Amino acid sequence: MPAVTMTVNGVSRSADVEGRTLLVDFLREQLALTGTHVGCDTSQCGACVVHMNGQSVKSCTCLAVDADGADVTTIEGLANGADLHPMQEAFREHHGLQCGFCTPGMVMSAIDLVNRNPNPSEGEVRHWLDGNFCRCTGYHNIVKAVMAGADAMGGGS
Amino acid sequence: MDDFQYHAPSSVDGVLSALRGADDGKVLAGGMSLVPVLKLGLAAPSHLVSLRNVPGLSDIEDHGHCLKIGACCTHAQVAASSVVQERIPALAAMAGRIGDPQVRNCGTIGGSVAHNDPAADYPAACVGLGATIITDRRKISSDDFFGSMFETALEEDELVTAVCFPIVARAAYAKFENPASKYAVAGVMVAQGDDGVRVAVTGAGAGVFRVAEMEAALADDFSADAVAGIGVSSDGLLSDNVAGAEYRAHLVTVMARRAVEACG
Repeated sequence: MPAVTMTVNGVSRSADVEGRTLLVDFLREQLALTGTHVGCDTSQCGACVVHMNGQSVKSCTCLAVDADGADVTTIEGLANGADLHPMQEAFREHHGLQCGFCTPGMVMSAIDLVNRNPNPSEGEVRHWLDGNFCRCTGYHNIVKAVMAGADAMGGGS
Repeated sequence: MDDFQYHAPSSVDGVLSALRGADDGKVLAGGMSLVPVLKLGLAAPSHLVSLRNVPGLSDIEDHGHCLKIGACCTHAQVAASSVVQERIPALAAMAGRIGDPQVRNCGTIGGSVAHNDPAADYPAACVGLGATIITDRRKISSDDFFGSMFETALEEDELVTAVCFPIVARAAYAKFENPASKYAVAGVMVAQGDDGVRVAVTGAGAGVFRVAEMEAALADDFSADAVAGIGVSSDGLLSDNVAGAEYRAHLVTVMARRAVEACG
């Protein structure tokens, strides 16, 4: 089996994986980072979004072997100890979640948006979240949370 | 998904020899089309040959009369490129509407044209703008490159390395998209360039096609009114749970009119 080494949440991780192993399965099953979720498994819902080399990607549609050498950040890599990342805090404050299943992907996608566009308009937030589905909230509080998170991030990262 | 042998050579020659050494090899670029196909079991290649270690395939070059876009340029890269935005704004706008942000961060122009999904946007952009597909061994005009769904002129061991888009006087793309997948139910690229007017349709048929009657009408009178009354036959158009063939035929005319209007 091919060996892969990647940096995950700042820590170098190596493992042997089958070629067909998806990045999301590598993260969840081999590294026990189960904050990244699998929703649709057909690259539409966005529950599996992580950052690879600074960009949001759908980890259910990436092969682990193809992420060899990459720098990956998952939802577990955002908080600083007990201090939530500003975007996580904004989702909590603005009730941007109900069941929470889509939340890791929403937060990771939202941070990528703010890193590119520090002051997004409401329309830009809604357009950016095209690839993240929520079945609970109706999106309104998610959009409020992303706008507040963008303010709190003060221009990225 | 069946397992496969994975290779990630560091040169185009390495990719080609890996493909030649495989029983049934497939090239992996961004994976946004290929990985779902593998997961659904619609393909089960013996070898996957990744392009991620091949340098020089992600450049966007302005050659004066055309833009040369490397095969591994992502849709996000093309959409955000100041050169593309300035020189062929219709192309940047089209790339910015493919899929969703995460798909645009990974999906590539080379992967899109080589896969030739009948609802993909790039085939209409290539044929509409009169692009040339560059491979490791030859140049192929878009008119000759794209076949019916998932078919292209590529040989088994041939690799798309770049796509060259001529600079046109004006162009615009209009699409009616599937609200979930963002694939085109019907998408039309209209362009007026040195070799006349081109109207290319994706999403509606089994593969990208041109509409000669609209091209002739626009050559005489480049206005939305010139195409508003020109219909296409629904014979051979796709019909699925999103849209029937007759509705797709209707959409082609509407999208063509909107594209001409957007040309300004």
